[in-house]
Amino acid sequence: MATEDVALAAGTESGTLAKPDTQQRAPQGNIVNDLSIQIATVNGSGSQSANLVLLKSIFRMGIPVSGKNLFPSNIAGLPTWYTIRASKDGYVARKKEIDVLVAMNPETSKEDMLSLPPGAAAIYEESADLKQFRNDVACYPVPFDKLTAAACPEAKLRKLVKNMIYVGVVAQLLKIDMTAVEAALRKQFAKKTKAADLNWGAVQAGFEYAATNFTKHDPFVLEAMHATEGKIIIDGNAAAALGCVFAGCTVVMWYPITPSSSVVENFIDLAKRYRVEPDGKATFAVVQAEDELAAIGAVMGAGWAGARAMTATSGPGISLMAEFAGLGYYAELPGVIFDIQRTGPSTGMPTRNQQCDLLSVAFLSHGDTKHVILIPANVKECYEMAMAAFDLAEQLQTPVFVLSDLDLGMNNWMSEPFAYPDKPLNRGKVLNAEQLTKLGGFARYKDVDGDGVGYRTLPGTDHPLAAYFTRGSGHNEKAQYTERPDDYLNNMERLSRKFETARSLVPRPEVVQTGKSKIGLIAFGTSDFATLESRDQLNKEYSLDTDYLRLRAYPFSREVHDFVAAHERVYVIEQNRDAQMLSLLKLDLQAEEIVKLRSIRHFNGLPIDARSVTDELVTQEGI
Amino acid sequence: MATTPTAPLDAPKPAAKTNRIGLQVLDYRGGKTTLCAGCGHNAISERIIDAFYEMGVQPERVMKLSGIGCSSKSPAYFISRSHSFNSVHGRMPSVATGALLANHTMKALGVSGDGDTASIGMGQFVHMMRRNLPIIYIIEDNGVYGLTKGQFSATADIGSKLKTGVINDLPAIDTCALAIQLGATFVGRSFSGDKKQLLAMLKAAIAHNGNVVLDVISPCVTFNDHEGSTKSYKYMQEHDEVISEVGFVPYFQEIDVEYDAGTTIDVKMHDGSHMRLRKLHENYDPTDRIAATTALMSAHANGEVLTGVFYIDTQKPSFTEMLNLVDEPLGTLPDARVRPGRAALDDAMQRLM
Repeated sequence: MATEDVALAAGTESGTLAKPDTQQRAPQGNIVNDLSIQIATVNGSGSQSANLVLLKSIFRMGIPVSGKNLFPSNIAGLPTWYTIRASKDGYVARKKEIDVLVAMNPETSKEDMLSLPPGAAAIYEESADLKQFRNDVACYPVPFDKLTAAACPEAKLRKLVKNMIYVGVVAQLLKIDMTAVEAALRKQFAKKTKAADLNWGAVQAGFEYAATNFTKHDPFVLEAMHATEGKIIIDGNAAAALGCVFAGCTVVMWYPITPSSSVVENFIDLAKRYRVEPDGKATFAVVQAEDELAAIGAVMGAGWAGARAMTATSGPGISLMAEFAGLGYYAELPGVIFDIQRTGPSTGMPTRNQQCDLLSVAFLSHGDTKHVILIPANVKECYEMAMAAFDLAEQLQTPVFVLSDLDLGMNNWMSEPFAYPDKPLNRGKVLNAEQLTKLGGFARYKDVDGDGVGYRTLPGTDHPLAAYFTRGSGHNEKAQYTERPDDYLNNMERLSRKFETARSLVPRPEVVQTGKSKIGLIAFGTSDFATLESRDQLNKEYSLDTDYLRLRAYPFSREVHDFVAAHERVYVIEQNRDAQMLSLLKLDLQAEEIVKLRSIRHFNGLPIDARSVTDELVTQEGI
Repeated sequence: MATTPTAPLDAPKPAAKTNRIGLQVLDYRGGKTTLCAGCGHNAISERIIDAFYEMGVQPERVMKLSGIGCSSKSPAYFISRSHSFNSVHGRMPSVATGALLANHTMKALGVSGDGDTASIGMGQFVHMMRRNLPIIYIIEDNGVYGLTKGQFSATADIGSKLKTGVINDLPAIDTCALAIQLGATFVGRSFSGDKKQLLAMLKAAIAHNGNVVLDVISPCVTFNDHEGSTKSYKYMQEHDEVISEVGFVPYFQEIDVEYDAGTTIDVKMHDGSHMRLRKLHENYDPTDRIAATTALMSAHANGEVLTGVFYIDTQKPSFTEMLNLVDEPLGTLPDARVRPGRAALDDAMQRLM
């Protein structure tokens, strides 16, 4: 691919026009445990290991930390940026300003340098001479090639080892504890002692070089804290996969698509570890499908036959799944679909973030179709909601969608360790042969309990009255074909009642309400991190108190109405152009509530940051 | 209730005929058909009932799956005691795949049509065969879209004519040739009007563990049974070229020895049954996929419709066997076998610290 066709400055907010950030900085004194490091490299250069070692070293020092990979849709050769944010206050949203740049990519280094705010620090290859572009940035030129050659006699390994040199340089400059670096590195390479030794040598070479040659003239330092003890670091897709393993998911059919593939890849690894019986046989089946239509088709077939089945996809796959999603709704088939959202429409930007599938998923398929959606906002919820989704799918006998996104799914997040599930699996209303004998038969779609959910049987149930006919065509209570208006209405009304039942079963929103504020914020998913930080900014910088409701599911529960009713203005914060969540809320709210809604949107493909939320809210408030 | 007995009270009623598991043919019946009178599909439904009855398959151990179209409606008309899933157009193979992963102990029967298979469903059809999914996949093939009132399908022969006079100018897709190439392990073609051949083939299909593709020519009496149609009763009766007479001996019957070894091939099926093919074409070997393909291509060149079992492979493992699953159905394993214990979660957490 000709690189000149690609706008390279994905690392800057303003597209190809790099301009320094205007954030004010303290002229002197150290800035401790509050910084972001951006490592600019070339895709495929193997920098991921080095970046993870850095991230985990900071984690091991007890400092809250998060990592974001901003990568191109490409195998190798295009620029990629990894951002590490260390924050003593525990903020994990993307930080707009870069404090420490490691410029390893000659293609972008000038632009990377120009985008830094005054007072930042830059580490770069000596020969690039980036100092000429900025005299207000602390410069640390490093002869990477020379150091690499000395640390790594084997020429073909140098490309990988080179990255470890910058780990050493950064560690020295920011005062990262080298015992933490070595521990993180050795854990990463696990049993590969030789590789670990080689890389550790490179880290030390970088450290030594910096110690001998640099006088520190930037304010950024890291000091040990105790905020990460007992915590884990995991990405959302791995967390979701873990949830599936502990939810007893047995059938997975999927079609690879960025950024969802690692949900299933992690599931395969975990299931091989935890779900193979002593005789070597598996309690799970994973099949790579020919396309997303087949993937969801198999999930529907497996759910019908009694399995906990799932698939994972992203926007384009969701579009292809529309027909089966409608069948699942109408024929009432359980199944779990993870949508790890990426920037749309169409192919969009496959490696960039958005919350843009809300409306299409909520009503996926033709006809009067609506779906239950769970919206995790952090890795812990990815794990918990994966389990909840399987329970809900079987309780409600319907497809359940879990809407995560690239930012949550593919980036590393710190979390409390996950808790072991405290309830048994809820397999829903399934009749066995004994019950059928007692009942003398059953009507598949009869609302026996008044909650809109009928009783079902599974293929293979050893009873002559067990069978029923599943179809996407019109059917009556007994699952017989019908075109009668009253049969059709009864069935559709019952499906509505079932959706009302869902309202009371899905995870409730999280509400922070003091009763004093006139302004309410509503956010969901990964907009939560920026919203939390923005509330602090509004409070500190503008003395503005806000209440906050974080949506965790669709359909909305009663709390949402109460929250809107209790405020004069309610800002809905989301990462899409068309204010999709706001539109969805409008369908539920009364006219006098709807007029209170305001919209804050961030949809350039980069994860939303607190400063953008704060600035927009302040502008709309006229402060 | 007062009755007037017509026979002495102590005389036993003549026992209804039952199969080896004690069920009557009535137990394999379905709802009343809503297809056109004389539709080939109804004859196929009848043969399905006979085959499952005669083989003594427990109806509750069968799952019926279909797509959309006249053919796909037919599972409502046979074996009501089996669970049935009428899914979406052309996508039954994926539903069957999921259902079989959930419960690999079931016998799966898929009913599709030529439109449902060879046009909208081609993608899934191909991958079902490639996986050797253990399902009997029947294509009720009439070369025409019935429910939308008579458009050509992709199996319609080139030059064949619709009632309206429209001539098909695209070549037919031979689903059997495809099946042989793509990995189905039991491939045959029959004609809905040939009771004997179809029944024997269906019984052998039940004994097979792997992907069975049966293309059954099934004339559409309403839209495609006229002069100029190559999927009409008349055309089939005139052009049906049988390559082998299919005989079938279920594993629970003794194998009789009255056959001429020189002209017969005996295939041992997975369940111990025997399928016997009396060769009518010289040197026809149904285990040789190259010969099978050649026979099909030659027949096309000669304007014949070849019927019989073209290809069989009883060695290749089925898709569910390849996955090395536990013996019990995955879908109904108890919690303790699908949710790992606390130690597993602790281990997973430890690795992330």
